[in-house]
Amino acid sequence: MAGRTLPRLEAAGLDGWLVRLFEAIDEANLPWLTALVRDCETAFGEALVDLVPSYTTLLVVFDPLALTPAEARQRLSAVLASLTPHDDADREAPLRELPTWYDERMGPELPRLAERAGMSVADIVACHAGATYRVYALGFAPGFAFMGSVAECLECPRLETPRKKVPAGSVGIAGRQTAAYPAVSPGGWNLIGRTSARLFDRDREGFGLLALGDRVRFVAVTRDEFERLGGDPRPMEAGR
Amino acid sequence: MSDSVTGLRVVRAGPLGLLQDAGRFGVRRLGVTQGGPVDLHAWAWANRLAGNAWGAAALEVTLGGLTLEAERDLTLAVCGADLGATLDDAPLACWRRFSMRSGQILRFAQPISGLRAYLAVAGGFRAAPVLGSISAVSREGLGGHDGRGRPLAAEDLLAVAPEAGQGSGAAEVPGEHRPDYEAVPRLALMPGAQIADFEGASLFAAFNRRWTVDDRADRMGVRLTGPRLHCRLTSMISEGLGLGAVQVPPDGQPIALLNDRQTIGGYPRLGALTPLACARLAQCLPGREVRLTAVSAERALDEYRRFRRLFA
Repeated sequence: MAGRTLPRLEAAGLDGWLVRLFEAIDEANLPWLTALVRDCETAFGEALVDLVPSYTTLLVVFDPLALTPAEARQRLSAVLASLTPHDDADREAPLRELPTWYDERMGPELPRLAERAGMSVADIVACHAGATYRVYALGFAPGFAFMGSVAECLECPRLETPRKKVPAGSVGIAGRQTAAYPAVSPGGWNLIGRTSARLFDRDREGFGLLALGDRVRFVAVTRDEFERLGGDPRPMEAGR
Repeated sequence: MSDSVTGLRVVRAGPLGLLQDAGRFGVRRLGVTQGGPVDLHAWAWANRLAGNAWGAAALEVTLGGLTLEAERDLTLAVCGADLGATLDDAPLACWRRFSMRSGQILRFAQPISGLRAYLAVAGGFRAAPVLGSISAVSREGLGGHDGRGRPLAAEDLLAVAPEAGQGSGAAEVPGEHRPDYEAVPRLALMPGAQIADFEGASLFAAFNRRWTVDDRADRMGVRLTGPRLHCRLTSMISEGLGLGAVQVPPDGQPIALLNDRQTIGGYPRLGALTPLACARLAQCLPGREVRLTAVSAERALDEYRRFRRLFA
């Protein structure tokens, strides 16, 4: 891939173009990606079917009865020619707080992370809850937000054997990313706690709590606060 | 719902019965998948015979094993796989409109040819849309007859429009629009951006060798087994995946991604199957042979627009 110029438009079937803006994951990509999302909404209007932003790219899906790929490409070229980063994106990005009960019953990998880092569990918690993260992408499941980047001392590869059932709200780490599971699902992330926040709610306007570019803080709360906020304190099922 | 009445009762549920409208759009940026009928062709024809506009919800019946009882007089149509359907134990022809009187029993047995049948009812099946769509996605717990994405279960009730109508237009699908599911399909694939990163011998193999549908096949995707494909890229940063994207994980065995695919993924892709190639693949049982053939996006678009004009 190296040597090819960016941004570039890559064919994605008869109804899509993948806009490749960057080669590497970087927080500095976000103002460009959020600006591109906004400009594509305007440029395509009714002919827009879906937008799928991710770390370095945006997949634009259009109505193939309204536009040909060539026509869609022209619109995208025009958008890219005048694209300016969403300068206020960092400042304006909503700050979302996720109340999180860090506890070994909720987050069985807390000791693993502490051992790897040569730190106490309390320090691991302070480190995770002490930073502000950005949402780089959503995917895997409705409302599942990939956030980064955690401090180097928290970096930890995925579990070798994924769990069959990770409880809703579980907060985890994989590599240098962190996330919270919106619903019960299989998963291989290292679990360190559980949030009471409802990350995806079909009855809420907008459905998801987190969007691309949002700033996120995990706020350490006690078990009592966690339960008062509606968190489910039931421990993980034995045998994963 | 006030504008609907009970049309059918599930006497016995088969392995997988799901309501599908055209799909769930505008929410993929939240990580919500597309959904919709995996065989767009048969779904569209079933709705057409039933006199419904594009996008009405029809029942996708996978493998058979489903018994339904009419709770009122209905006009219906069945298209797609021959699942040995019977109406009160008399054989029921596929690709046709038919009537059911209250109390009659419709039964889907097992696959004779193809894998999925579509049952449409005049006026469409009714259910409360979830995130703008009735399409059932079990993994996400969204849509379907119960709003929770669950497949049909015994004693479930399927709601229909109160003024159902009798269908309109031709009562059966013309022969040229009925695929032969026994023939080896040539699946049209539009080459994608990473095609040049595959080794030449792998590209030759991809388009000239036989592929077999693996038993790891569902509404998310269909794995094909055959010659091992080698790509200079092994993994990439996750990016958005369109319908029909053919991704190649490090084991070299391609996976064609269908309606319930994950929204983003990080394997290199050969390209994307056309919507109608996806539809054809969705009728292939594990063990069936398929071939891949390259097609330009322009030609694929022409074919797709001709198809859609049939339902305008």
